[in-house]
Amino acid sequence: MAEAHIATRAGDALLAAAVFALEPAAIGGITVRTDRGAACECWLVLLRKLLDEAMPLRRLPPHIDDERLLGGTDLASTLGSGRPVYARGLLAEADGGVILMSMAERVPARLAALVAAALDSHSVAAGAWQHAQPARFGLVALDSGQADEEHCPAVLAERLALHIDLHGVHPDDLSSAPIDRAALTRARLRLGAIRIDAAAITALCGAAAACGIDSLRAPLLALRVARASAALDERDVVNAADLQSAARLVLGPRARVLPEVPESSEPSADSESPPQSESAPQSESAPQSESAPASESAQNAAAPPPAHAGEDLDQQLVGAARARLPAGLLAGIGPGAASLPRSSTAGRAGAAILKGRRGPPAGIRSGRPRHGGKLNIVATLRAAAPWQRLRRAQARAAAPRVIVRAEDFCVTWFRQRSETATLFVLDASGSSAMHRLAEVKGAVELLLAECYVRRDQVAVVAFRGRAAELVLPATRSLVRAKRLLAGLPGGGATPLASGLALAHQLADQLRRRGLAPLLVLLTDGQANIALDGSAGRARAHQDALLAARLLRAAAFKSLLIDTAPRPAVLARVLAEAMQARYLPLPYADARALAGAVQSAA
Amino acid sequence: MKIIEPSARTGPDIFPRMGAAFPFSAIVGQEQMKLALLCVAIDPSIGGVLIFGDRGTGKSTAIRALSALLPPSKVIADCRYGCDPARRASWCSECLARPAKRQAITKSVPVPVVDMPLGATEDRVVGALNLEQALNSGVRSFEPGLLAQANRGFLYVDEVNLLEDHLVDLLIDVAASGENVVEREGLSVRHPARFVLVGSGNPEEGELRPQLLDRFGLSVEIRTPQDIALRVEVVRRRDQFEREPQAFMNTWRKHEQKQRREIVAARKRLAGVSVDNAALRWAAQLCMRVGTDGLRGELTLIRAARALAALHGRSAVGSEELVAMAPPALRHRLRRDPLDEAGSTLRIERAIGEQGMALG
Repeated sequence: MAEAHIATRAGDALLAAAVFALEPAAIGGITVRTDRGAACECWLVLLRKLLDEAMPLRRLPPHIDDERLLGGTDLASTLGSGRPVYARGLLAEADGGVILMSMAERVPARLAALVAAALDSHSVAAGAWQHAQPARFGLVALDSGQADEEHCPAVLAERLALHIDLHGVHPDDLSSAPIDRAALTRARLRLGAIRIDAAAITALCGAAAACGIDSLRAPLLALRVARASAALDERDVVNAADLQSAARLVLGPRARVLPEVPESSEPSADSESPPQSESAPQSESAPQSESAPASESAQNAAAPPPAHAGEDLDQQLVGAARARLPAGLLAGIGPGAASLPRSSTAGRAGAAILKGRRGPPAGIRSGRPRHGGKLNIVATLRAAAPWQRLRRAQARAAAPRVIVRAEDFCVTWFRQRSETATLFVLDASGSSAMHRLAEVKGAVELLLAECYVRRDQVAVVAFRGRAAELVLPATRSLVRAKRLLAGLPGGGATPLASGLALAHQLADQLRRRGLAPLLVLLTDGQANIALDGSAGRARAHQDALLAARLLRAAAFKSLLIDTAPRPAVLARVLAEAMQARYLPLPYADARALAGAVQSAA
Repeated sequence: MKIIEPSARTGPDIFPRMGAAFPFSAIVGQEQMKLALLCVAIDPSIGGVLIFGDRGTGKSTAIRALSALLPPSKVIADCRYGCDPARRASWCSECLARPAKRQAITKSVPVPVVDMPLGATEDRVVGALNLEQALNSGVRSFEPGLLAQANRGFLYVDEVNLLEDHLVDLLIDVAASGENVVEREGLSVRHPARFVLVGSGNPEEGELRPQLLDRFGLSVEIRTPQDIALRVEVVRRRDQFEREPQAFMNTWRKHEQKQRREIVAARKRLAGVSVDNAALRWAAQLCMRVGTDGLRGELTLIRAARALAALHGRSAVGSEELVAMAPPALRHRLRRDPLDEAGSTLRIERAIGEQGMALG
């Protein structure tokens, strides 16, 4: 089954390349999940082959500055010519072509938002430009995020129609182009006339809703992909196979719930994928091979979907989408489960960079380099540039080439105060839960409110059963934190050491991002699962104490709230080991608790 | 590399739309958002609109549609800020200094709906020294920014929650005072900048600073329609629009014109809409009951209700208008429990229930 799944990926990757090359700007783009191996290189080579020679192709590094991205004053030419000279930015340069964004998972939120705005308006208007510059481009976002939490920012992924995954795909499967440029050109001419009937639109919307996709961009993009698929296949009417391709490439990867598929029409995801896996990687062109599953699924064959088959079609599309569900989703939830909390905002590594770190500059202001500001030479020269002619006229003989005065000085400011990230480590185990998980949740909510006022980021780690789990990566959205907390299950054993270890790891990450982590550990201290997952109180305690000492060695600020019904020595020992402030919950009224976090920070 | 001449303001077409905007009247559902936008279009003094909602719900579409929907406004032809020939009191210093003959030359321009991109610099927003003039003739002259362009129109900030704090402060300040004061780079300029600030964002990406929330007049929360038929309709219309824009615009022209006439009529009627004591008392009681700070809530509620009454063709504000506008006017002003999800609207509705709909 796994092999079949991967073979489908190869087929999808080929089809996606063809669809994208057909009309990059209308499709928006592709996110490519990849480990940047040979398969990725092969796929990129293949894509390049499909794209017109004349199309501009620009690489967008994650550290690009605003000026290079959007355009701005060209300082050198401005000074040289004595006239303001503006240079186009990368987005405008890519007009009519393709932008390749590598390391999309590391892209800062602001950059993502700027690119997304350009994708929406097909133009760039910023910097010194008086007129909006056309910027119609398609975006290829290479997402090499390893962890679950690292993804291409949602604001971009939302606008890119196609999502493919190259993990495990063999480069050989991507060696031959599914279609040639001449055929693409023919398909492009055909594109305007492709017909699609109302039932098909209904089916796509229905399938999107069944997958729990709220955004209406998804069905709209799926519609475009279906049209493109028909054009590639040299047809003038969108048929069931096109819709299935669209559902697989567009809807499946966006699914947030596991859609229920009645047994009768589409037995399961597994039986849906093999037909493609057999045909797709073959040397024949992928778009043609895509019609294979349709002819096998007897009822609709290659004919356009008749109106009365709306419901059936709906289910077929759900089935197709299901075949491309993200792998973790299938393992994680069952049918009818609520929407996935975590997948909503990815790219958080970028979001955190936006503000509030100690290191990065926080803006350029005019002023003298004092009070922590650093002289910004480029900005200073820019400020001086317009006055050169005047000043030279006023200056006595032997003036320097560029006359800079004190009033021109511009400094870069850095943020001094580092932002706090409060990391809640919750003991959701049976011993804790029986007594007071609800109370603990209440306390955490109060603390969250405190964090909200201070604009802290919050993260939540919970441990129960065998292991600890990162419930909520650092975020400023308290709405999400609260929602997650409300649905947090309790019960099971107490893997305290794992909880501390994970907290340590996370706190380290946060610190590397320039945040000041504050650990708030809520537990009764009664560990019974050791770090390696084995049961046993003694071992578990030793491990927990060791983990606590490591935390202390790393000098994280921390606070331990003892949730035992009667404050016991266990938690106090733990608090001492990690040098945390100790606070027994029974005596802490809610207000005092909130105050405690404040003073600990 | 290309040289672009910084041009004087010629009207709001400085940001040319890439093709026509999706017609406002063709937007499916999202009645709250449309109503809020119509109300501020009728009475800009209500203040800005904050739209929070999921992705792909048509926030941007609605706002970008406004320019085509609203009746064009008359401006003094020479003016860089689009001064209103009929209201001398609001003129910029340049218009006041203009010879009477030039003052009398006017032209019609569409209402500006200016997009403020997330990457805009302070220079670009506020305006800056005109580089070319400074270089060529050594004259310090002012190059108007986005705030000047947005005068008498709308300034739209998508992802307002991601905008740098100092820029948001600046926008709110100018929106409230109606005047942009520039004191920088040796320039000392002030010019009118009366605009409706429209901010949108997705709460899952981060929250807006609480102190900024209540500077917006109205706030709406929008969601994707949960009804499949509605969703299909949204996608169908959008698809039609993209494939055959001209035919689509023709189909909706009548609706757009009707909507425009309603707005024009409502604007005329607005000054004559009365608010009696019972209505004022009802609004005050509601604000006390839900515990909004300050009087801004009541004021906005009354203004919004009056605009709605004008839109409904009534001569007095009734309970229907007050009840309809209470959630958008108040929901973001409640003493916030940040963790109370979607609670604000409910709290207001509950308070209305307790208070009863009857005035007086």
